Formats: sequence, C-alpha cells, structure tokens
Amino acid sequence: MFKIIHAQFLAPGIKRFVIEAPRIARKQKPGQFVILRIYEEGERIPVTIENSDPEKGTINIVVQSAGKTTNLLNTLETGDSILDVVGPLGKPSEIHNYGTAVVVGGGVGTAMAYPTAAALKRAGNRVISIVGARNKELVILEKEMREVSDALLITTDDGSYADKGFVTDKLKQLIQNGTRIDLVVAVGPIVMMKAVSELTRKENIHTVVSLNPIMIDGTGMCGGCRVMIDGKSEFACVDGPEFDGHRVNFEVLVQRNAMYRDAEQKSMEEFKRSREEHACIATSDQGEKR
Amino acid sequence: MSPAAKSQNPLSPKDRMKVPRQLMPEQPAEARAHNFEEVNLGYNPELAQQEALRCLECAKPTCTDNCPVGIDVKDFVQKIVIGDFLGAAAKIREANVLPAITGRVCPQEDQCEGKCLLSKKVKPLGIGYLERFVADYEQRMGTHIVPKATPTGKKVAIVGSGPSGLTVAGDLIQKGHKVRVFEALHEIGGVLVYGIPEFRLPKQIVREQIEYMRQMGVEFETDVVVGRTVTIDELLNEEGYDAVYIGTGAGLPQFMNIPGEHLNGVYSANEFLTRINLMKAYKFPVFDEPMLDLHGKDVAVIGGGNTALDAIRSALRLGARKAYVIYRRSDAEMPARAEEVHHARQEGIDFQMLTAPVEFLSDGKGWLTGARCVRMELGEPDASGRRRPVPKAGSEFEVPLSVAVIAIGTTANPIVQSTTPGLDTNKRGYIQASEETQRTTRKGVFAGGDIVTGAATVILAMGAGRRAANSIHEYLTTGQW
Repeated sequence: MFKIIHAQFLAPGIKRFVIEAPRIARKQKPGQFVILRIYEEGERIPVTIENSDPEKGTINIVVQSAGKTTNLLNTLETGDSILDVVGPLGKPSEIHNYGTAVVVGGGVGTAMAYPTAAALKRAGNRVISIVGARNKELVILEKEMREVSDALLITTDDGSYADKGFVTDKLKQLIQNGTRIDLVVAVGPIVMMKAVSELTRKENIHTVVSLNPIMIDGTGMCGGCRVMIDGKSEFACVDGPEFDGHRVNFEVLVQRNAMYRDAEQKSMEEFKRSREEHACIATSDQGEKR
Repeated sequence: MSPAAKSQNPLSPKDRMKVPRQLMPEQPAEARAHNFEEVNLGYNPELAQQEALRCLECAKPTCTDNCPVGIDVKDFVQKIVIGDFLGAAAKIREANVLPAITGRVCPQEDQCEGKCLLSKKVKPLGIGYLERFVADYEQRMGTHIVPKATPTGKKVAIVGSGPSGLTVAGDLIQKGHKVRVFEALHEIGGVLVYGIPEFRLPKQIVREQIEYMRQMGVEFETDVVVGRTVTIDELLNEEGYDAVYIGTGAGLPQFMNIPGEHLNGVYSANEFLTRINLMKAYKFPVFDEPMLDLHGKDVAVIGGGNTALDAIRSALRLGARKAYVIYRRSDAEMPARAEEVHHARQEGIDFQMLTAPVEFLSDGKGWLTGARCVRMELGEPDASGRRRPVPKAGSEFEVPLSVAVIAIGTTANPIVQSTTPGLDTNKRGYIQASEETQRTTRKGVFAGGDIVTGAATVILAMGAGRRAANSIHEYLTTGQW
C-alpha cells in the first residue's frame, strides 16, 4: 500500500498527489513514469511523475480525470492509500547542454514536461517553455514552469488567459523570429505532439516527444505499448517513453489508443451510475443526521 | 541385491507391465471448452496406488537422471505403493519446492517419463500424475512440515518470483539464509500467474505454494522493477545483500515484422494471457482491465508452443467461434506438451500446420479482418536441428479473423543487464552464466532460467534455480568466488 500524504486539485479534473514511495523517490529522473493500480479489481495505468523528494521519500503524480480509473483516483484524499505503485519506469530524458531548448507542455502533459525543463535548465540550457491549455482554469504549474524557464509563453485555446491560440503558434513565432533552437521537447495530447513534430521537421530541429500508449506491466513483458518508430515496433515502456518525434507514426498511436473505447465508455458509465447512487445514499444520510 | 528383494510391490515385474497406465480423470471436452476450470481432475488414492504399482524400480533409475531437479522418483513412488502419501510428498520436497505446479506443467514426456524403462514396451509410468497427486494430497491434509534451519546471518536477494526464483528461495531458506524475493508485478509467481491459464494451473495452487514459502520464512516484495526501482549494485552495496540471484524470466515478446502487425486486434501472447490471467479481463466489468470481446469471433494464434496453446484454448473458453493454431512446421516439431496438444484437439481447436501468415489484413480503419497465409513444406534442417519450413509457391490464401495472437517467442529483457555494469551478456542479450554454478561475470551475482537460456520450460528454470541455490550456498559459506 502506498499512502497519499497530500492530495490537491491543480485545476478542474487535474489533481496532484504526494505519495509515500521511498524507493521510487530515490530513483526518479525526468521523463519517467509510474504504473499504479488502485484496488484489487483495478486496471494498471501509467501516470506522470511531476517531481520527487528523495529525502522525504515521496513522489508527486499528476492525474487528469479521463476514464473510470483516473476519475476514481481523483476522488482519493490525503490519508487514503493506493494499492500498487511501481516505477520509476521508462528511460529518463536525455539531459545535456544542447544550447537553447524549447519545452512544450500541453494540458496535463505540462506535469511531465516540468521536471525535464528543470533538468535542462540545471544542465545549462537556455530554456523557453510553452504551456498550452484549453482555457484559463486548465493552465497548470505556471509558477513552477516560470521558475525553471528563461522565458515562459502561455496559450489558451479560447483566449481566456494569456494569448489565444495553440502552442504551435508560439513555436512558429519563435522560429520566424530567428530564435536559434537546438532541441524541442513536447509532452501533451497526441495531436499536439504530432503538430509540433511536423513543424520542426521542416526546420530540421531535433524534437523529442513522450508517448502514452496503453500499457499493462511497464517492464517490456507484454508488448501492449508497442509504437511504430520508423515503421518498426518499439516498446514505449522500455525503449521510451521518449522518442524522436520525426520518426513516430502518430496515426498508429491514435488508432491503438482507441482499441478499448467501447469498454472504457461502459466502465465510465457504470462508474458514474454507482457514484450517483452513492451520492443519493450520502444525501439521505445527511438528511437523517439533520 | 536385486531391487525386487526389498520391494513392497506385490507384483512381479512382468505383472507390473500388464497393469495399464491409469487414465487421468478430466472434464469432458465439450464442457471444459466453455469454462476456465481445470481440465485434469487428478487421481484419487486408488488410481494413484494402482499407477504406482507399475514402477519397475530400476536399479539405475533414468527418470531421476532426466529430471532437472533430480527428484527421487523410485522412492516417492514406492511410498505411494504402501500408502504413505505424505512421506511421498516429503520425498519430492527434498528436491522440488513446487510439486503441485510441476506435476501439472512439466513436459514429462521430454523429462522423467521420456526415459521410463516401461516406455520401451508399454506406456511410461504416470510420474507427473503421481507427483501432482501427492502434492495435492499433502495440501488437502494441511500437514506441511515447515523446516526451521539455523540462521546463517547471510541474506540473499532474488530478482523475479517465477519458478526459478521461487526454487532458489525455497532451497536457500532451508539452508538457513535470509531470503527476499523482488517482483515487478503486483502478484507473486511470475509466469505461473500471468502466463499459464487457470484451466492448466489453478492460481489457488500457486497461492498455496507461495503461502507455504512464506511460512518457511521467505519474504516477498511486489512492485519492484530491479534495474529501475533499485539496482543490483544498490542491493549488494547499500541494502546489505550477500548475493543476488537474477531470475527475471522471458523477456520482450517477438513480433514477425509483417505488414499489419500494429492493427487493433493483434496481440502478443504475453499481453493476451496477462490480460486474462493476471488482470482477469475476461471478468470485465467486474475487473476494470478490458480486452476485446471474443464471443462469436474468429481467433488465431501464431506459433506451436505451450504459450500458443494456452492462448488459443483461452480464446475458445472466451467464446471464440473458430479457434486456429497457425504453425509453420509440422506436428512432429511442435514444442508444446503432448498432453496440451491432445487436449486442444479434443476441444475442437483447428490446427493449420505448415502454414504461416505473411500479412495481417485491415478494414481500412485500423482493425484486423484477417490474415493472408502461405503453406509451407519442410526443407533441410536448420540451426535448431529441425527441418526448415520453406514457403510453397502459389499457395497463398486468406483466413478471416477478428483477433490474432502472436506466440513465436521472446527476446531478452534488457532492464537488469543495462543497469548492472560488468554483467556480461551473450550476442542475443541474455545474461552469461555458468551452466554448472549459474555464476555470472559479477561477483556475488547468479542468474538462471529464461533470462540465461531464452524461453524454455518451468522445470528447466527450476533446475537452474536448484544449481544456483547450491552454488550460492557454497559461495556464502566459503566466501570463495
């Protein structure tokens, strides 16, 4: 059992958990992730590590409600426990002094981009960060990103905060302004990583993306997380999760991630129904107490 | 001194050969093809004693010589003859810490039974069936004797809780060493829980064997990927382990690198079986992990090993309309256990031998619709000594499929090797270890099982575990490398 030391919403549907996991805290490096399982009948899902504190033996994970498991996870509070947390998994980000690095975080992907940006900064890079979100409420880790960046650019799809537009607009501007860019790291929705990669391919800028396929064991055993890299199968859990964005077949990733859409919807509906039933019971309990 | 002189078997050797091999009671094929209950039901005491009477009590028992862990077959079988079933179980346990498991999954025809003298004239002694009987009997009686050894003060880390790791743990704890087993998954047992299905090895049996090991004092820690969560060097230098055994098992599933392998509906056998056995995806939505619904669907497995048969027989039980084995060689070369092939045929699995897929076909939206296959013929022997399959020109045909499961083997998992400096590997990436002592190129580090040999069987991994345990014990007591 892994105890939740602190739980806090960063934005609607996006929650940060500080979890007691001393072994993982000691080893975690930027770019890595954990796999967790909440309860005995639960599925195993990969989750982003935002940060860790080796001294305190804790890791921070950031979770966005999407399906049943993430929704359930986001109902957990300080003092609750998670049945299994295993990691850190995947190869760490390759951190060198590249020169100027642009780190792009889309939505909850910002949580995974953050430790990489921080490490690139520590390695002596000039770090320009671009954070994109659907709207103002969903911009996360702004303060943290600002602290590790020489410049921070923010976009929202609806213009409710900072500049209206997409992260690629900002990246395009940087390129057009003649900013020398030695590395782009993009973490976020597949469409975003694809758009960034297409943009930088033309400019011949080395681009790293962090892929999020469906996974089970996370150790290379099952092969469920295979992604197409230059037309060949590679496993995101042991060969990745970071890959050269110019070599990734994003269409296959989108297609494979949709494999269980029907089952996921069914799970989600049943979860909602059970929550509503619980809510009814809770309300009637309160009624009696009054 | 003739062996018959002190034998308690009332039958003469000639009469023993007249007793037919006792059939294993099993669930009828029509029923079991639709459930996950165990296929074999096990001998009762009468059947076991009748079968045990067939043993010729050879002066030089070749069965024991051909057992990777060296079980004293003759002795335990004689104990069954006189009705001392617990004594028989204790005898087996001297050499084998997991008898209820090996009694079910060993390829006996290649091991003990393959060398049984009876098989020259009649069917070999049912050694596997007898082993299973006494192990189950002992479990039912609940009379496990947990041996307490004098502590040596040494501690050993075991990486991986599959058959080889469990064997090392069981052997070393009985020699008085402190033992801790690290497992990457959330459940103990490795391939015994994620790979081998319920109908061949009930998970309750695995849990009982592991509980027995806990009672002996073996410690287990789940959710630890050695190489990532902690390194071998950290175990040795910071956590104070005196030796480490690496038994991380079969590695990354191999794919065929043919067009369409990335389509939705194409699984590796490891993923397919892990979803079913470990994650219980077939109980969705009670369990959260999903899998594609197989009811009324046509499913094929590619490959001819035990894993292939486990996968396709699982698919049948999950409602598949047609269930094919597509194998590029012929019956004679199939590596699967003979009993599994027999059972699969009884259940109605369609074996397409000398056949190989060349392409997976798509509906244009990313979903599998079938496989284009080619018929093969056998040419000259290849490196494995088996005749190489060669495609027959113009023999291509299409099979409609909703799900295809690829079970053509695995390659070495690199996680431990790549994070342990000085640990040498061979050309294929497997860890180099002495065949006699299982020592690696790193002092205090031993390895065995599939991560050394490549994919093999439970019993061969256990044999390596046995050798490693003896060699670790020697290292810990003498301090000499």
